[in-house]
Amino acid sequence: MIKNITLSFLLLCSFQMLKAQVETGDILIKNGTVITITDGVLEDTDVLIRDGKISKIGKDLASGNAKTIDAAGQYVMPGIIDAHSHIALDVVNEATDPNTSDVFVGDAIDPFDVAIYRALAGGVTTSHAMHGSANAVGGQCETIKHRWGVSNPDDMKMDGAPRTIKFALGENPMRVHGEGNRIVPRTRMGVEQIFRQGFAKAQDYQAEWKAYKANPAGALEPPKYDLKMETMSDILNGDIIIHCHSYRADEILMLVDVLDDFGVKKICFQHVNEGFKVAPELAAYGAGASVFADWWAYKFEVYYSTAYNATILTRNGVVTSINSDSGELIRHLFHEAAKTQRYGDLTDNEALKLITLNPAIQLGIQDRVGSIEVGKEGDIAIFDKHPLSVYAIPQMTIVDGVVRFDIKNDNDDVRIDINPEEKISSFIDHHAETEADRCMQDVYEYFADQKQD
Amino acid sequence: MKGIIIKSIAVIVSLLLLSDMAAQQIAKSTYGDVLLKNATVHTVTNGVMQNTDVLISDGMIANVGKGLTSSSATVVDCSDHHIYPGFIDGGTTLGMSEVSAVSLTNDFNEIGDIIPQMQALTAVNPNAVAIPVTRVNGVTNVIVNPTGGIFPGTSSLINLVGYTPAQMDAGFKAVAMNFPSAAKRGRWDRRSEEDIKKAQEKVTKQIDEFWDKLTVYHKIDSASAKKSNAKMTYQPEMEAMLPVYRGEIPLMINVNKDKDIEAAIAWVEKMKIKAILTGVSEGYRVADKIAASGLPVITGPVQAIPGRSEERYDVAYANAGVMSKAGVKVALRTNDTENVRNLPFHAGFAAAYGMGVDEALKAITINPAEMFGVADQYGSIEKGKMANLFVSTGDPFEMKTRIVHLFIKGWKVPIESRHTLLYNEFLERSPGLEEK
Repeated sequence: MIKNITLSFLLLCSFQMLKAQVETGDILIKNGTVITITDGVLEDTDVLIRDGKISKIGKDLASGNAKTIDAAGQYVMPGIIDAHSHIALDVVNEATDPNTSDVFVGDAIDPFDVAIYRALAGGVTTSHAMHGSANAVGGQCETIKHRWGVSNPDDMKMDGAPRTIKFALGENPMRVHGEGNRIVPRTRMGVEQIFRQGFAKAQDYQAEWKAYKANPAGALEPPKYDLKMETMSDILNGDIIIHCHSYRADEILMLVDVLDDFGVKKICFQHVNEGFKVAPELAAYGAGASVFADWWAYKFEVYYSTAYNATILTRNGVVTSINSDSGELIRHLFHEAAKTQRYGDLTDNEALKLITLNPAIQLGIQDRVGSIEVGKEGDIAIFDKHPLSVYAIPQMTIVDGVVRFDIKNDNDDVRIDINPEEKISSFIDHHAETEADRCMQDVYEYFADQKQD
Repeated sequence: MKGIIIKSIAVIVSLLLLSDMAAQQIAKSTYGDVLLKNATVHTVTNGVMQNTDVLISDGMIANVGKGLTSSSATVVDCSDHHIYPGFIDGGTTLGMSEVSAVSLTNDFNEIGDIIPQMQALTAVNPNAVAIPVTRVNGVTNVIVNPTGGIFPGTSSLINLVGYTPAQMDAGFKAVAMNFPSAAKRGRWDRRSEEDIKKAQEKVTKQIDEFWDKLTVYHKIDSASAKKSNAKMTYQPEMEAMLPVYRGEIPLMINVNKDKDIEAAIAWVEKMKIKAILTGVSEGYRVADKIAASGLPVITGPVQAIPGRSEERYDVAYANAGVMSKAGVKVALRTNDTENVRNLPFHAGFAAAYGMGVDEALKAITINPAEMFGVADQYGSIEKGKMANLFVSTGDPFEMKTRIVHLFIKGWKVPIESRHTLLYNEFLERSPGLEEK
């Protein structure tokens, strides 16, 4: 008995240790030009963060025991949010079935990925660590906060952020499964049926469980538990936001129709290069769009693109964000957002919304991050010039009131883990890398290995 | 009467159709004398001139000065606007690939390790959709590069206007080379250090053997040139390489890793050839050595991640500036196909991270023009140069700035591309949501 109690106690302790212990801080940012996003631009204004949350915004705030940062002449904006990235991940694609809704990207978080630090050095505090686009229904994604320095993968997770899942249309699932594995989908027709089948089966699954629960005694045994069906069910119930890799207008409309048939409302299209063609339909359905600023023509389904996509979508009333899908682009999303002022006529605030409040809305975390408001989390990026200027250099990035990047204290080698087998550091010629969207990470490597063997 | 009405209707309908057609394709470029009045002229070579006029005539910059007049020229008021020389990208595959994932549209990588006879200019599609997309951001000239292998072919400098490669040819060629590399080719490159070294040695041996043959070929060719009836056997790779061997055209050597850069410099000195280093990602590690060699550098993309995981996040941003400050003549490249239009933004990043705006501007104008031996025609706003220039609302490195007029070889090129046409068509789609 005592043994059992001791064991339970130890177990409890270890669970306690495993549970995320998020470090928060107290910071007073003085005299900056504060770009709130939701309440205009405030000159010579202080922002006070207490216990990791924004507690006051105003003039001449007292610091108390908070660390003070002089931001005179600098620009203070909400931490940048990337609604589509694959940094901080060990693996990206479970490319073994057209529907892998039973896998979790959250099981593959790598807190030591130096890309996290590089993203912080670009003012990015939150990113949506996504499953890849090899499957029509991919794995479930994880919204993470860039708490560079922690070693427990769970400490990277944004606790309480809504569940999200990756869907994918078009060439990637067609190539991997149709061309690669000779199974459906080989065409956009097949892609549609993967969704219809997944949702229809989930409806049956729900009905079986409902019947069983209504009368457990009447059944010989309970229905079989199926994690894929559980996930599809949760989507039907509105508990998971779909983030769907997509390019062409026709396939986008296809998914809207499928979701409409099954009563699923929470959808944000990703990449959505031809979103501009169906912007009125997207707006009418309430679908979000998370786009590249200017990537196009790298594959046929993005040949008919326009860099004015974000502007057209915004002007048609679609909640739009600009994402990176890249360990390089994530470092200058402020610059990507500014391109909407070359390719379109978005105002400063509209452009900055694309990388702050709008991605927050798409991830369902707009009550916690995405603007500088009292009560929101203390995620801040500070720039020396206006963040939409090409000459702007991020100076400091704060997550939960903790400084995670400071250009004045930026060490030469920031790695947390170092490969002991590496005799000398190896230089990777990134020019030589095959150009491909990161969405297909691990899949090309898989094919490349096959070729070598 | 009825006939006239029908004719009028026909005319109106055809006009309407024409205007519809115009919305589907880019307007033609126009040619003629143009006088740009009262601009802030960023000459690059003679400083910034306020309230200054630029006269374009016969495709050339006929004059730069105050109070210019012309009886023949169309006058364009450029008050509050800026004039810059057209930007030059020192390394692209623009026009050589339409859709990179569709292999049959890719024309930059021919089979073979030593094939300098392959002409990039041959593979440039003057009607590539990406060309107008590029030039509307002020990029008027690019180097088109063949890729892969050791000597993948001959690069060319082109103007981004014209319907044939010959019309686009800007008169500079260089043989491209990929220097034997000790770099990993990507995160998926799982070769051991020994395997990489072996591969590098194998390539070095191939080059040495080729160069020995080239030396012999040069000697025979020089000797046979004196006898009019002597004829060499057909050896296109030797023929294409002779101008490099004889120092008539440069070799553009793509090299990125620090030790490889040092090796490339030593090799160029040994071979006594003209050369330009390209890529040079780790130039910041050996900047003084590059400066001492006197070799010019075309580096980029500026917006790139570090080649080593332990390096500072901004080494690629800062690289051009570090080399420039060490005394290296630096030009920039995007190394891109469809997004060469970002060249001014790469320059902006280089400027912010240590290069300064003036040097960054030179790195995409006069510096590459000088490296390519075409500075008498390109790279600055000067009387007698080719009219490759644009008019902007402000600093062209800033995203907010608009390019309002564009001239290439004196042709007034419309500020239109697939991207602007789709914008015009879909900003307010018609029909909209209603089903009619």
